[in-house]
Amino acid sequence: MLYIKDLWASINGKTILKGISLDVKPGEVHAIMGPNGSGKSTLAAVLAGREFVKVDEGHVTYLGKNLLDMSPEERSREGIFLGFQYPIEIPGVSMVNFMKTAVNEHRKHKGLDQLSASDFLKLMREKKELVEIDSKLANRSVNEGFSGGEKKKNEIFQMAMLEPKLAILDETDSGLDIDALRIVANGVNKLKRPDNSTIVITHYQRLLDYIVPDVVHVLYDGRIVKTSGKELALELEEKGYDWIKKEVDNQD
Amino acid sequence: MLIIEADCGFKQDEMENDQDKILNDATSGEYKYGFYTDIDTDKIPKGLNEDIIRLISEKKQEPDWLFEFRLKSYRHWQSMKMPSWANLKIPPINYQDIIYYAAPRQKVSPAGLDDIDPELKKTFDKLGIPLEEQKHLSGVAVDAVMDSISVKTTFRETLAELGIIFCSFSEAVKEYPELVRRYMGTVVPYTDNFFASLNSAVFSDGSFCYVPKGVRCPMELSTYFRINASNTGQFERTLLVADEESFVSYLEGCTAPMRDENQLHAAVVEIIAENNAEVKYSTVQNWYPGDKDGKGGIFNFVTKRGMCRGENSKISWTQVETGSAITWKYPSCILKGDNSTGEFYSVAIANNHQQADTGTKMIHMGKNTKSTIVSKGISAGFGQNSYRGLVKVLRNASNARNFSQCDSLLLGDKCGAHTFPYIEVDNQTAVVEHEATTSKIGEDQIFYCNQRGISTEDAVGLIVNGYAREVINKLPMEFAVEAQKLLQISLEGSVG
Repeated sequence: MLYIKDLWASINGKTILKGISLDVKPGEVHAIMGPNGSGKSTLAAVLAGREFVKVDEGHVTYLGKNLLDMSPEERSREGIFLGFQYPIEIPGVSMVNFMKTAVNEHRKHKGLDQLSASDFLKLMREKKELVEIDSKLANRSVNEGFSGGEKKKNEIFQMAMLEPKLAILDETDSGLDIDALRIVANGVNKLKRPDNSTIVITHYQRLLDYIVPDVVHVLYDGRIVKTSGKELALELEEKGYDWIKKEVDNQD
Repeated sequence: MLIIEADCGFKQDEMENDQDKILNDATSGEYKYGFYTDIDTDKIPKGLNEDIIRLISEKKQEPDWLFEFRLKSYRHWQSMKMPSWANLKIPPINYQDIIYYAAPRQKVSPAGLDDIDPELKKTFDKLGIPLEEQKHLSGVAVDAVMDSISVKTTFRETLAELGIIFCSFSEAVKEYPELVRRYMGTVVPYTDNFFASLNSAVFSDGSFCYVPKGVRCPMELSTYFRINASNTGQFERTLLVADEESFVSYLEGCTAPMRDENQLHAAVVEIIAENNAEVKYSTVQNWYPGDKDGKGGIFNFVTKRGMCRGENSKISWTQVETGSAITWKYPSCILKGDNSTGEFYSVAIANNHQQADTGTKMIHMGKNTKSTIVSKGISAGFGQNSYRGLVKVLRNASNARNFSQCDSLLLGDKCGAHTFPYIEVDNQTAVVEHEATTSKIGEDQIFYCNQRGISTEDAVGLIVNGYAREVINKLPMEFAVEAQKLLQISLEGSVG
């Protein structure tokens, strides 16, 4: 699905990612954990194609194609979804209109006809139920005036609408109370299929109680310093990140 | 790239599809009405003097009173100077270098459609304005004006059955001289301002509409202005009179060929609403804005004013301004009748090197008068967009209410948005509110759309249309779709 080889990336000349390698296979859930400032969000930004992050070295292959050659919208249409840490507000643009445009772009890319208005609204209704989203949200402008929790739920709703092959959820758990966390996690689990993959980026372990990862990576100072099974998350929760930092610093 | 030639999306049932198409079609960013029709044109010599004015009047076989009106205006105009208070950089205009009358020479006179010159018919077809009544959406009657004359007015007979007069200004002068005399110049006097005086001296054609007492006009009336000939100016006059208890919705559209030189368009529009009458006047302005470097384009210096003369009358202006190199335009309402209402909804785009200084004046004279102003400016490229508005409450206008909202949206960092609100209140019971915002389309917003599969151009279209929705929604349905497309096309290439 996604194969990252020795990826180096910088922002404004400052190197953030220092040789990341990652292999995500279809059906897998990978968790990327790490202390603040370790480069987690930068990795997500590179994968989604944000321009302010400069890729200095390395390859990223997605479904056999060079991901770094693709524009952000192409990546989306090819099935990459980024759940934003801070979803953006777009005043004046209704969720319905926004999603309709996005869904139809995806359909066009796949060579499918545009959805009729009634089919689209039906699809929206289904997905709203799936992710337990308040139907009033759909009539409002994109993220405008949404609470933190609503914004995150809205991300999962969009994910449900677009049915990505690879979902990257950047700190989707931050700012959520326990109920919202459960709703968000349930949404992600319901959308899981044997042929799609998820990368969950998180600071805390608690999301991983609900979304059980196959592999856990620890990112520290722009490098993946530890990769293990889901038990690693629990260990981190218990002991914090300091022991990892020490381990790495000692090696240096 | 797809260029839609004559698809104006007028059909309502196509609305759904069109709305999607707006955002999906990769339409060319080029001005698509920039073609020129090679047709034999009857032009008078360039320049302006009393002989020229006599010549125009003779061409139109006008009565003496109208010729006198023109002369009076011309003499007054000579004493005036071009206004310089607007936030515009206007290159010097040589008024002696303009042709003031140019009429496409028709092979036969247009008594019926079959007699219209095929070349003219083709031109309007290409603009998406079919002149055959049966081809047109049944809800819209059109007066098609090319350069200095009206080519054809559709549905005249259908409207006449209800007593509605809808015809070219020239015909009105001939057939309804009393009505024209009674109302012309009562809202915009010939001394009003430089461009209005000029227009009063040399105006050639335009539309006239009279809706009699108690009649609701069953269809949209519209005038389509086309500049075709080169080195000419277009000076048309529109006069709309809504008698007591009547209603009319009127729309004007305009386009011009792409040329390197600037062309002057100085129109006058007067509206009169009597007791309990309502007039809705919408404009989708798409004059050639000049090229990317600011070369060419129309100078649009227009005086539009409505008089709510009767009690409970209402005049509503809606404008979507994407075209003209320089816009100087303030559709206004004089709220004379008690309980009368004035509205102004505007979206104005200034892209590339376009300049717009536009807004409104709401003059509250009667008691319990209300006005609403919603202005949405969009600046891109090197465009400079100014809102200029006056809210004036006179001494006897008790309980006047005004609400103004002026929003500016900036795309890029080389454009400008300016707001000049003037508020003059002479009555203590007045409530006047003014709100203003300025925002930028953020990279974050664009990226968020990109990440959902929406291209940057489409994202801008989505955001701009969202921003302008409040105004677009005020347009008649058939034209809202067209206006949305226009906004999108006008801003293509302005981001990224």
